[in-house]
Amino acid sequence: MKDSLTVGCTRTILRSVRSFASDALYKIGMSEMDVNMLVLAVDEVCSNLIIHSHSCNPERHITLEIRTDDDGIFFDIMDEGKLFNFMNYEEPTLDQLVQDQRKGGMGIILVKRIMDSIEFFREDNRNVIRLYKKFSNKSEANS
Amino acid sequence: MIEIEKELEKDRIIIRIIGEVDASSSIRLDQELSEAIENNNKKILVDCEKLEYISSAGLGVFMSYIQVIEKKEVKFVLYNLSDKVQNVFEILGLDQLLPISSTKEEALQIVNEG
Repeated sequence: MKDSLTVGCTRTILRSVRSFASDALYKIGMSEMDVNMLVLAVDEVCSNLIIHSHSCNPERHITLEIRTDDDGIFFDIMDEGKLFNFMNYEEPTLDQLVQDQRKGGMGIILVKRIMDSIEFFREDNRNVIRLYKKFSNKSEANS
Repeated sequence: MIEIEKELEKDRIIIRIIGEVDASSSIRLDQELSEAIENNNKKILVDCEKLEYISSAGLGVFMSYIQVIEKKEVKFVLYNLSDKVQNVFEILGLDQLLPISSTKEEALQIVNEG
């Protein structure tokens, strides 16, 4: 399976990104709980790129590519411009967030907790953020 | 993307979130919560039965009011969360910081305590 979607960088497009990703995940037989978690991780990465890397400029684009192998599922989120490597970002604790009354800062923690691996690299002049999640059961892989 | 319904019931306000709270719609939730607190409501119940999705932007809104709620001695509770939405709170451990009830009855008990 391989699906891909390219969108302009607006906040309102996130809903389409989520529905594209959930359609792909339901197609391979994932449960509602798993679909919600993986879609959330994709949403968090896309939101960060749209807001922080591209300042919500609809002329800039990001591409989401979803594909599976025998063991799991890959989400490649691609854009052009400066590479945004959020692994360098220092994770705040929940106490810090409450103390500072901050509304942001939790998205990346969610992505790290949900996904089995996160990679950042450049390929064909594009930045790629690759999220990977192993299948929890084999029926997903075989569908 | 989200609709908010508010209901004043005796000495409490019920805020009903309908739809999906993400980086685009969380501002609306923020405004409604801020207004409910500024209007000196001392019992705030958030009905999440029709909350279909929440991302960190929405979680952040709730987190950012934890201190204000404590300072102003507001009784605050979320209830009727679907399993998938509750799971998102649990991944981060926010269920330990915010009172969450499975039913409205339980939520009312919490806000009526003390």
